Amino acid sequence: MRTNSRNFYLIPYVLWILLFVVTPLLLVLYYSFFDIEGHFTLENYREFFTPVYLKMTLSSFWYAFLITLFSLLIAYPTAYLLTKTKHKQLWLLLIILPSWINLLLKAYAFLGIFGTYGAANSFLEVMGIGSRQILFTDFSFIFVSVYIFLPFMILPIFNSLDELNPTLLDASNDLGGSSWVTFKRVIFPLTLDGVKAGCQIVFIPALSLFMLTRLIAGNRVITLGTAIEQHFLVTQDWGMGSTIAVFLIIAMVLIMVLTGRRKRGIL
Amino acid sequence: MKKLIQALAAVLIVSFALLYIVSGLNSSQGYTSGNTLTIFNWGDYIDADLVDKFEQETGIKVIYETFDSNEAMMTKIEQGGTAYDIAVPSEYAIEKMKEEDLLLPVDHSKIPNLKYIDPRFMDLPFDPENEYSIPYFWGTVGILYNTDILGDKKITSWNDLWDPELKNQILLIDGAREVMGMGLNSLHYSLNDKDKDHLIEAKEKLDRLTPNIKAIVGDEIRMLMENDEAGIGVVWSGTAQELMWEKDNLEYVVPEEGSNLWFDNMVIPKTAKNPEAAHQFMNFILDPENAAQNTEYVGYSTPNKEAQKYMDEETISDERFYPDEEMTARLEVYENLGKRMLAYYNELFLEFKMHKK
Repeated sequence: MRTNSRNFYLIPYVLWILLFVVTPLLLVLYYSFFDIEGHFTLENYREFFTPVYLKMTLSSFWYAFLITLFSLLIAYPTAYLLTKTKHKQLWLLLIILPSWINLLLKAYAFLGIFGTYGAANSFLEVMGIGSRQILFTDFSFIFVSVYIFLPFMILPIFNSLDELNPTLLDASNDLGGSSWVTFKRVIFPLTLDGVKAGCQIVFIPALSLFMLTRLIAGNRVITLGTAIEQHFLVTQDWGMGSTIAVFLIIAMVLIMVLTGRRKRGIL
Repeated sequence: MKKLIQALAAVLIVSFALLYIVSGLNSSQGYTSGNTLTIFNWGDYIDADLVDKFEQETGIKVIYETFDSNEAMMTKIEQGGTAYDIAVPSEYAIEKMKEEDLLLPVDHSKIPNLKYIDPRFMDLPFDPENEYSIPYFWGTVGILYNTDILGDKKITSWNDLWDPELKNQILLIDGAREVMGMGLNSLHYSLNDKDKDHLIEAKEKLDRLTPNIKAIVGDEIRMLMENDEAGIGVVWSGTAQELMWEKDNLEYVVPEEGSNLWFDNMVIPKTAKNPEAAHQFMNFILDPENAAQNTEYVGYSTPNKEAQKYMDEETISDERFYPDEEMTARLEVYENLGKRMLAYYNELFLEFKMHKK
């Protein structure tokens, strides 16, 4: 009786996963074996290993890496300071708030801010540095991406820092550890899970960013996401689009496995 | 356990209540099936006042959706999903949609205002006798340039864009056919060239243009040109006209080597739920006064001869937007290249986009 009712409650979840996770994945895999005219082929996979797509893969990974790195560098101190403030929840809310606004709206706002006559350049002008091209550069692309992903990096790090037992810090202090040693040997290892979770949440979507590459980078940065979008919407070469998606999925699974949780205590 | 069921029931009840309220709201505003017209058009491509006027005149409620490329539009119509009653594809897309049997024939007897259309724009090769499509607007692809930024420099041809002095000044529209066409035209090849050597030559020529290119963007190009963000933009004629009405420092030119001539026509997709209303709307848009109002808002060239009587003399005598026969001879209409060739164009375009400065 008991196991029966438990199985009964599982049905919606199983259905959900089958319909919205497994089926789409299988469809992507299925389409990747067809060429543009609907014939079965392995050509798409050969095509992926031509310099064009390999270069694109490399540059996607490079930009995703930079975005993750800068997000982490900014998010960790922020999360740390957050745990020290009085009104933690309020500050956290303020940081999360921008992520409720549509991504496209934020991107359009940056078009204005970074423009030749935008706020950023007026500021540079006042500072005596003089205006320069900000929009459509690597800098603006990474800046805006980091801005967008930041809340997702801060949250898990904040949670793991918040859970940290303060007596451990006292212990480290009492035993003569300097604050740097305490950070390196106590705080950071204990919040590593938060860091890993944050990196996963940022790195994986960053691999397939596509709207920003056009709006902020002016198509000077081409990622795998851009190529997928183009194959599905413009060339209608669903086969090639799916093949790229298959490789993205494989890359994501690998990243999940590599950064997966290890047993506590080993580190 | 009990709580779980209660919570579930509460969610269900709230959902159904909301569903009921929404459908109630829709019908109170007249959005019932059989009384709506779903239009699928390019962004910013109609005077919204005309939609209101149509609703008032006929009592039909209009649902208006937009797209930003022919390909995206076709993908959506092919997949079904939303049933559109009217779509506005360009000529090569109409050819393709006809081939794939996605269109309903248009009943000319229900569109008496068709007589106002200039015969030059009827019975074109992509749709003989206008069996499936009714002209909406037409135009060209050309170069819009900012005289404040470029100074005395005159732009007259595609090849002028390769001038090293124009470093980091050019905005391109994010379209494979437009950009590849520009490369082909600059080498005096046809826009519809299928010779792979010519295409590779064009792509290599475009690669040499990269130092001058600031960005390759979509509809944002309008805003960027308006804000003097770049000296040159390769745009569709209507975008140019609209901006030139607003700003005096912009000039538009159809390049010497030739360029693209395109037509956007209204069609009725096979999935249409209300073809009757679609015909009514087509007739409404072709009414000369409505067409004139629409043209003055949108900025593209109207195929409606009678409408020109209601428009500014200056606008219709402007040869850049209403080119004469001699100029038209240099322009080419896109042909349907077939899936393979189109994929090849896109492949080259993607490689060109990846080419680093």
